[in-house]
Amino acid sequence: MHSRAARPVLAVVTAGAAVALGLTGCAAAPDPGTVTVLNSATDTAEHTKNQKFFDRCARPLGLRVEQLSVPADQVASKALRMASSRSLPDILELDGSELPQFALTGGLRPLADLGVATSGFSRSAVSLGSYQGTRYGVARSANSLALYYNPDLLAKAGVEPPRTWAELRTAARKLTGDGTYGLAFSASPDADGVYQFLPFFWSSGGDEARLGDGGGAKALGLWKQLVADRSVSKAVVNWNQQDVNDQFVAGRAAMMINGPWQVPVLDAQKKTRWAVASIPVPEAGGTAVAPIGGTVMTVPKSDTPDRERNAAKILDCLNTPRNQLDWGKATNNVPTRTAAARTYAEQNPELAPFAELVATARSRTARVGTRWPAVGDALAGAFQSVLTGRSSPEAALRRAQQQASTGK
Amino acid sequence: MTTLTRRPALLRWLFIAPALIYMAAFFGYPLVRNLLMSFQHYTPTTYFTGEAPFNGLDNWRAVLADPLFTDALWHTALFTAGSLLGQFTIGLALAVFFSRRFRLAGLVRAVLLLPWLVPMVVSAVVWRRILDQEHGVLNTFLQAVGLTDGGVPWLSSPSVALLSAVLVNIWIGIPFNMVILYGGLQEIPRELYEAAALDGARPWRAFRSLTLPMLRPVITVVLVLGFMSTVKILDLILALTAGGPADATQTLGTVTYQLSFLRLDFGQGAVVGTVLILVSAVFAVLYLRANRADFGKGK
Repeated sequence: MHSRAARPVLAVVTAGAAVALGLTGCAAAPDPGTVTVLNSATDTAEHTKNQKFFDRCARPLGLRVEQLSVPADQVASKALRMASSRSLPDILELDGSELPQFALTGGLRPLADLGVATSGFSRSAVSLGSYQGTRYGVARSANSLALYYNPDLLAKAGVEPPRTWAELRTAARKLTGDGTYGLAFSASPDADGVYQFLPFFWSSGGDEARLGDGGGAKALGLWKQLVADRSVSKAVVNWNQQDVNDQFVAGRAAMMINGPWQVPVLDAQKKTRWAVASIPVPEAGGTAVAPIGGTVMTVPKSDTPDRERNAAKILDCLNTPRNQLDWGKATNNVPTRTAAARTYAEQNPELAPFAELVATARSRTARVGTRWPAVGDALAGAFQSVLTGRSSPEAALRRAQQQASTGK
Repeated sequence: MTTLTRRPALLRWLFIAPALIYMAAFFGYPLVRNLLMSFQHYTPTTYFTGEAPFNGLDNWRAVLADPLFTDALWHTALFTAGSLLGQFTIGLALAVFFSRRFRLAGLVRAVLLLPWLVPMVVSAVVWRRILDQEHGVLNTFLQAVGLTDGGVPWLSSPSVALLSAVLVNIWIGIPFNMVILYGGLQEIPRELYEAAALDGARPWRAFRSLTLPMLRPVITVVLVLGFMSTVKILDLILALTAGGPADATQTLGTVTYQLSFLRLDFGQGAVVGTVLILVSAVFAVLYLRANRADFGKGK
């Protein structure tokens, strides 16, 4: 029993001890048999799915995998905080567009040093995980954008899925009316809108490293025309990808630009039928250049080589052709091994357009590296000012060029 | 100094010390750190290596040269002034209205508090639906009463979006203003109004010559607190318009967020943060001076 007078002292001591414990707790070496992962799988279903694949790989190695999941937009800042307290996880799963910023810090281990397999992956997938020619991240699967359409509405209007921009304009106009717009896309001033603009920008010859050279102005012109035709709602400047999907599901859009991550939502509702086609190209015979998206798994440098080696073993296992294929099916994303992607397309014909696009898709950061956030912002400014009638496509791109170069 | 006078002085400092240490650790340190950061090249690399080289005025020059910063400054001023004006006048009107007793007053007052209870992001999402150009309730209503024929582009036109954001923020801020002002009104003795009525003062005259002067200290508190929470607003605008369309709703808050957490240039983000702190500090000093004047007069 403690006397009354001793109590405050005791309180101070326990508080001090708690602080001390808390501090050492951060730096304490984790159990060597556990591989820690930081990712954005906050959704329970996704978290469980991830854990299943991790366990499948870790168990034969006598390891355990622990996931730490935070919302996608907080992964980078969480990882930075962990880096400053020297408590980074063994595997850090970043969005592809964030990789260069982290690679530049020198805090990531080049995957070649760890002997992580590299052959058999599509060029675009390798590019997604690379910075200045060095591979730091490996993507199990990747995604891109395609044109979703409502086959019922298209049949009713007597329209085929459009393949060129001209066909897209005509089809969108024919499909508009009666509370339904022909097409919906996201033109929000953030990552969603930029991602959706890229297939148009790149397919018409735009260059993210030289925004002002006039290439890609045609893409801005197309978006502007579609809104001016009234076959796309003026409200697209506020819509994120989720809103676009909501419009499609509600029957207020006959076609939409979106990614495979919407498939579970689309499948869950019975009323609206859907199908996927490749994104239309400027001229017949051209190839659509879509952005490649998805996350890459990286291995932060560690003081204990064993930890890095264990992480590498897990990465190799997650990326066996079979695991990639299973993972792709589980998440509706396309495997990054070329052969697995082919099998995937055969087994999921309704998502085959994605598989084709991903093989040729372009990485956002391959050309501009760590400058991508500034370039993306500048592009968003460009399409927003064109869609709201504030400037012409050419003037908007010239201003974007200025913005992107000052925001270095 | 004798030991007799020194000991109480020491004791006094001992009592003040915890508060001082707390202030220094939780307010002083971040402030100084933020100011220093604005002169440093502070990037993701810093977190790994701990190195943040000083780069003089580079960050300041880059931020101040960006037209977006000037726009954001201007938007912040408009947003803050508009929000405060709307929140305060409507809040005061409601407070005066409810300071009279009538049936169901308590219930209606409780309903009016609702915006305060709803998380900011939820409000913003709901308002996005209400303000939707084609399917939003507001435009449907306006068209039904015949006030507009085409839908008002509440959030999709750069010339209207800032106004819409102000309107939503007014809606969010009314309860706070109402509650504090209502509390202030309760403090004013009823007899004063009776005396004023005997002197022949009409309601408007009583309000101007009695209510407003008596409420002054409360009004300063409401306006200063309102200013501080409005000038740095971020979540509402991110959820409502994400700074768009065409940067029409970019404020100092959203620019800081963009620079620090999207571009990961923490040095440049700190510049905008420092500007925000300076603006707030100016108003805090004005507020303290106003209060000191009140104390000086023995109020």
